[in-house]
Amino acid sequence: MMNYPPDHASRPPEGRGDDPAPPAVHAENLTVTRGTRTVLRGLGFTVPRGRITGLLGPSGCGKSTLMRAIVGTQAKVAGTLDVLGRPAGHPALRTRIGYVTQAPSVFDDLTVRQNLDYFAEILDPGRAAAAHRREDVTRVIADVDLTGHADALAGNLSGGQRSRVSLAVALLGAPELLVLDEPTVGLDPVLRRDLWTLFHSIAADRGATILVSSHVMDEAERCHRLLLMREGEVLADDTPDALRTRTGSETVEEAFLRLVDDAKAKARTAARTKETTR
Amino acid sequence: MTTPTAPTASAPTLTPAPTRPLSLSRTTATATRVLRQLSHDPRTIALLMLIPCVMLFLLRYVFDGSPRTFDNIGASLLGIFPLITMFLVTSIATLRERTSGTLERLLAMPLGKGDLIAGYALAFGALAIVQSALATGLAVWFLDLDVTGSPWLLLLVALLDALLGTALGLFVSAFAASEFQAVQFMPAVIFPQLLLCGLFTPRDNMHPALEAVSDVLPMSYAVDGMNEVLRHTDMTATFVRDALIVAGCALLVLALGAATLKRRTT
Repeated sequence: MMNYPPDHASRPPEGRGDDPAPPAVHAENLTVTRGTRTVLRGLGFTVPRGRITGLLGPSGCGKSTLMRAIVGTQAKVAGTLDVLGRPAGHPALRTRIGYVTQAPSVFDDLTVRQNLDYFAEILDPGRAAAAHRREDVTRVIADVDLTGHADALAGNLSGGQRSRVSLAVALLGAPELLVLDEPTVGLDPVLRRDLWTLFHSIAADRGATILVSSHVMDEAERCHRLLLMREGEVLADDTPDALRTRTGSETVEEAFLRLVDDAKAKARTAARTKETTR
Repeated sequence: MTTPTAPTASAPTLTPAPTRPLSLSRTTATATRVLRQLSHDPRTIALLMLIPCVMLFLLRYVFDGSPRTFDNIGASLLGIFPLITMFLVTSIATLRERTSGTLERLLAMPLGKGDLIAGYALAFGALAIVQSALATGLAVWFLDLDVTGSPWLLLLVALLDALLGTALGLFVSAFAASEFQAVQFMPAVIFPQLLLCGLFTPRDNMHPALEAVSDVLPMSYAVDGMNEVLRHTDMTATFVRDALIVAGCALLVLALGAATLKRRTT
């Protein structure tokens, strides 16, 4: 495990070379097993600070498991996984990471504001912080464009609105790292655009790091960096531009498919050589 | 990595310790949240408050000819109702918390397991006080339940029973994967205690083996405690012992329940 000096006081704008702060996420030989199945196999990658990194791959490839490992809710994690300079799951990280699960995790029998009031109080308890909490709650409700629904029961909202409530919870307290598991699923194009604008402003204004998963490839173009995953392995870790150039493709989707085909072909030849050498 | 040779023994981290075993404000925030959830569900509240009263009312006129029997069974039921209702409500509520993902989210936040458990106990304890007060008041003043001791002691035992119910509900919800299973734990956990607690026949009339089993089941002491209040004017040593046993069991099961909450799950 690496030991970094504490860094939270200063948040550097971008991942420059002389940046003393550790990367947002650093994984080496990261392996996760669930039951007898190995879901992630020996992953190694780095998520730079202050950028939007897209985590892409077909469903079932291990995106959610990787995100759960990063926020520290996944059991049976082996290898190195450092988040904001500390081992993943460290208690000190709990206020510094905002996490949105794939299914909206909010209380259906509370109003939008009551949901946020409660989670805000868990993050920043005490009477002294009450005024600050109220501001924070009002801000995040506006950020996800639910001001008109603040007093509606979460259970009575539409699917897209509920997932925005869940996102708003993650925005509370201005976390340094946002881990968002498919936050734009089921949203209409206008809302999706608005949310991506919000993600970009969070990254640019606050210097926060965003790790966002998606299986919609056109969203990949909006990320600064991409991690392409397939069957528990990282296929590529690059900028969208570099990926397109490297594979000679027009779009990220094409680049991804090309990489997958290459990986499949390589696996096939490997299997064949193994058979012939036997 | 070009990490500068940082002083290894750097100053103690600036981050305040975010999670303590028990934080009063996070506990009360959780209790308030649970009560707020219930406040959006008036039907559940009405059922919780009315059913014990209706049952006592029924019982009073079922035993119309033998008020002695009503005294015995009525007092026992005052202890059993809060246990059963709080068991059901808590097991479903915490199961929902587990399956809806809010538990995972909360445990990824600086919420201590103790805060969550204590918050639930506080909220349902408050609910149980109101429920028991209504039932006890009705039984003592309107249905002529003949209690020798103080009704306040009945209320105390009822509250401890409610806590025990909350604790058991929390604990078994860890072993239920669905609401169907959770509801089935009611007959599995509660019915044997109901049969053996001395409600139907005094415990020393049972087969010695069953009597031994009933000696280790907490509901037996809940019912014994109620009967002590029924028969004695002041707090007897047996009453104190019974109350302590019920409270101790509640705390023990709450601690077991806390152990079933895992921050990391597969």
